[in-house]
Amino acid sequence: MKQYCYKTLVFCMLTGMAASVHPAPDADRQAELLYLLKHDCGSCHGMTRKGGLGPPLLPENLSDRPPQLMVNTVLDGRPGTPMPPWRGELSEQDAQWLVEAMLRGEGL
Amino acid sequence: MFPCNFLCRSASQARFADAIRSYVCLFLLFVLFSGLYQVANAECLMRGTGDLGIVIERASGSVQILDTTAKASLFRVGGLGDLSHASAVFSRDSRYAYVFGRDGGLSKIDLLCGTLDKRVIQAGNSIGGAISQDGSLVAVSNYTPGGVKVFAADSLELLADLPALDATGKPSKVVGLVDAPGQQFVYTLYDAGEIRIADLSDPAAPRVRRFPDIGRLPYDALITPDGRFYIAGLFGEDGLALLDLWEPQQGVQRILNNYGRGKEKLPVYKMPHLEGWAVAGRHVFLPAVGQHEVLVVDSQTWKEVGRIAVHGQPIFVVARPDGRQVWVNFAHPLNDTVQVIDTQSLQVVHSMKPGKGVLHMEFAPRGENVWVSVRDADRIQVYDTGTFARVAQLQAEKPSGIFFTARAHRTGL
Repeated sequence: MKQYCYKTLVFCMLTGMAASVHPAPDADRQAELLYLLKHDCGSCHGMTRKGGLGPPLLPENLSDRPPQLMVNTVLDGRPGTPMPPWRGELSEQDAQWLVEAMLRGEGL
Repeated sequence: MFPCNFLCRSASQARFADAIRSYVCLFLLFVLFSGLYQVANAECLMRGTGDLGIVIERASGSVQILDTTAKASLFRVGGLGDLSHASAVFSRDSRYAYVFGRDGGLSKIDLLCGTLDKRVIQAGNSIGGAISQDGSLVAVSNYTPGGVKVFAADSLELLADLPALDATGKPSKVVGLVDAPGQQFVYTLYDAGEIRIADLSDPAAPRVRRFPDIGRLPYDALITPDGRFYIAGLFGEDGLALLDLWEPQQGVQRILNNYGRGKEKLPVYKMPHLEGWAVAGRHVFLPAVGQHEVLVVDSQTWKEVGRIAVHGQPIFVVARPDGRQVWVNFAHPLNDTVQVIDTQSLQVVHSMKPGKGVLHMEFAPRGENVWVSVRDADRIQVYDTGTFARVAQLQAEKPSGIFFTARAHRTGL
């Protein structure tokens, strides 16, 4: 665990994420979030994030959108569409990390 | 190799030697492949397929072929692409399964040989499919580009392309595609809020009838086993759209309007599925969207006769083939539970927790067992529907849909 934290820290510093106001979720939580992204977000957006009933979530689809707007969409949903609010299940930090993970194309 | 350098004395003889060499190579390849073919063929099973089925392994792009009598896996077939939202239908001889993948792949699987017989990538992003009444046509509904494509069931050759453009020419995602008597396919345009009936009696000249303004964001649909009523569930409003295919000129009728009765909808983490038809006597059981309820409708009057409080938001509401029980699974995060409703008393009579990520349930053709896929446990659990005891379990990688060959002979499945 300690070693992983160290790696995460190095990774964060390298990618400039350490500057982020929100501390990243720990390694276990990150794994849970990626699982959720793949299987639960994936039921509408596709497990490979190429889209389905919901729009695709690949880096090239998201890169021109303000990250905070995407964090808000994850947390509060999009009224009038099937996108539900995940607040309650996901913290602000979780949503932030998920958006960054999607932008990096992590887990693809 | 021919020792041409000292045997051949002219260019023409050298060409002759090359030709001989090619023929020998071809012959050797032929011998090799016919041998391999026989080996592959020798592995095909000599048996009936009436008790077989498949399970989708959604994360690994594979299916397992299941023997529902031995409760065992016969084969695993891979290379099917993205199966994150996959479904299947069967050829009328029940030998082949057609699997519709998320990536637009249409795969034909030989159940007896455990092989991928044919595969085409027919669109960018697809959602489901259906097989025609006579078994000759396979139709696939697509998200990107929206529309329906129709293929020859034997060769997977494209026969018809039915675009799904709304009145303004905007493409729409297509959901709820089913087969109906008379070589018809019925489907729903998600973005446009429209039902369409396509008559494929002549695949070269499909006749399409349109039924617009059915309501907002229809998410899925089903057809009754007699092929008469087509019902689309609406996400954008409380209610369902009903079309009587015996009297389509009467148009679409809205049923169960305002079933939420202004109650605030819960966040919907997974769309319900309308599949098959949970019918017992005159009662029809349907999932409520955004509520922890199963709706009960009278199929003679199409009026609500009751609602049953359940554990979570229902995803599949499916009847045991005899109609005595209705089994329900639920959306994330309550997807570890399955409940059984007694259709006489309209009460939940049993609850169980097969494990996290219960994605689908499929009954044995006469209903003595139900097979339940438990995604996070990488298992299929088989239960006795009388005692609710677990009678078998099988390993499967992130299993989702389970489909048995008995579907080959039922309209709408």
